[in-house]
Amino acid sequence: MLATIYDLLNTLLPYQWMDHNFMKNAFLAVLMVTPLFGLLGTMVVSNRMAFFSDSLGHGAFTGIAIGVLLGGVQPLLSIVLFSVVFAMIITYIKSKSSASTDTIIGVFSSTAIAVGLMMMSYGGGFGKFSSYLIGDLLSISPMELATLLAVFLLVVVVWMLMFNKLLIISINTSLAASRGINTLLIEMIFAALLAVVVAISIQWVGLLIINSMLVLPAAAARNITNNVKQYHVISVVFALFSGITGLIASYYCNTATGATVVLVSAILFFITLVLKSRMAR
Amino acid sequence: MLRKFLHHTNLKQEDQCSKLCCTKIEGFGVTIGKTEIFKDVNLHIHCGELTALIGPNGAGKSTLLKSILGEVNHTGKLNYFDAKGEHTGNPVIGYVPQYLNFDLSTPTSVMDLFMSCLTNRPAWFCSSKKLRARVLESLKRVKAEHLIDRRIGALSGGELQRVLLALALDPVPDLLLLDEPVSGVDQNGLELFYEIVSDLRESNDLAIILISHDLRLVAKHADRVVLLNKTVVCNGSPEVVFNDEETRKVFGMLVTPVDKGAK
Repeated sequence: MLATIYDLLNTLLPYQWMDHNFMKNAFLAVLMVTPLFGLLGTMVVSNRMAFFSDSLGHGAFTGIAIGVLLGGVQPLLSIVLFSVVFAMIITYIKSKSSASTDTIIGVFSSTAIAVGLMMMSYGGGFGKFSSYLIGDLLSISPMELATLLAVFLLVVVVWMLMFNKLLIISINTSLAASRGINTLLIEMIFAALLAVVVAISIQWVGLLIINSMLVLPAAAARNITNNVKQYHVISVVFALFSGITGLIASYYCNTATGATVVLVSAILFFITLVLKSRMAR
Repeated sequence: MLRKFLHHTNLKQEDQCSKLCCTKIEGFGVTIGKTEIFKDVNLHIHCGELTALIGPNGAGKSTLLKSILGEVNHTGKLNYFDAKGEHTGNPVIGYVPQYLNFDLSTPTSVMDLFMSCLTNRPAWFCSSKKLRARVLESLKRVKAEHLIDRRIGALSGGELQRVLLALALDPVPDLLLLDEPVSGVDQNGLELFYEIVSDLRESNDLAIILISHDLRLVAKHADRVVLLNKTVVCNGSPEVVFNDEETRKVFGMLVTPVDKGAK
């Protein structure tokens, strides 16, 4: 199965950077992860959840620490579980409390990172965790690609089913409630979905930049689009483009892949920002 | 005409609702934290009737609408009876908020807004021709069909309000709740809005509750006026309410459209 795909990639893209298997794996991962970021990012930006998604990275960090303490070598399950619970608690408290959203997220986010750091630094062994801060897309294994495919399909299906409700909520929650939408439930599902994607990809993308991958393509697309269809298509295209360009550039420049991808997205963002002000004139 | 006649008989015997659909609001009260917003609100809303809700700032008007929507926890019961007098549980409610607080830069068109409200097919898919025709039809009702492909953030206050009204009318609700904006809509836009609402009441047999700040337009269009100030202070035809001692106390000099001789 995987050998066929490798052969296909060799025929389609007979370039030097594609020679190594780790690059092929990374390429496949980029093809799956970046469209997800592009899709989810649209609603993260529309719902003004950039800070929230940032905190998910911190939650995942604590998940890693817990997983390692419990003795797993690949603490994926613990990261996903902890992130989902973390995301749902924030969403729930945010809806019930009168304190401002960014304060609540700030409190949870700092608590999670503090707990995570304490656990990881216990006994002075923080060094082995530092890879989670930066991430390593080139380390992705075929097994992990399969997990990624499952998550990819899950997100696409959920996205088809609940996008419309999410869109109305992003416009106005009162309007959504008057159309019979259970806003808390939908927000919970969205938060959980985001948490899963962030938790799965944090080991390849890294805590420090995962949020930029989520926010930048959508923010760039938002600058130059007028309706939901354009917004989605452009966001996914930007995410894919920066993912692939970033991967190739990182190979030749010998830099961290995630960071290179983010830099490409950031450039796209600034270009669209200029285009937007041109269009407004 | 016959309907009007029936309404008046119904007003006398508040418990009966024969042959007309109606919504009964019984003993509504809302307390948020330790602040009592309003209490003991009992209203009886008939189809084909435009009920204007007036009252000073902070009287609880918007909160009453939100509690009818179920968005705010409240005491009391909401009962809906259809034309056969059968209790049919929750009415379909259409709601036009006072001010739609949304991000003006959102890349969402009027068509997207309708599509996301009316179907399960994701708004980032192509829309079907049938749906587009239906949306155009809805927009035509509020004289806004030219706005279908506009970005919602680029609409003027009056245009947005009409689009939201069109949205609230699809699917046709049993009860329409309108929270009139205090600002952002010019006088012509407001007149047009009242005319559309007035027409709708007659053509669709809707029960409408409208929060209003323009007493002149209320006097012109409303069938019934409810003065709310922590509870229902006064309830009746515009003439009755505007000539009431309590209304004058609340609004002072403002109440001149009916009784020009008021102090």
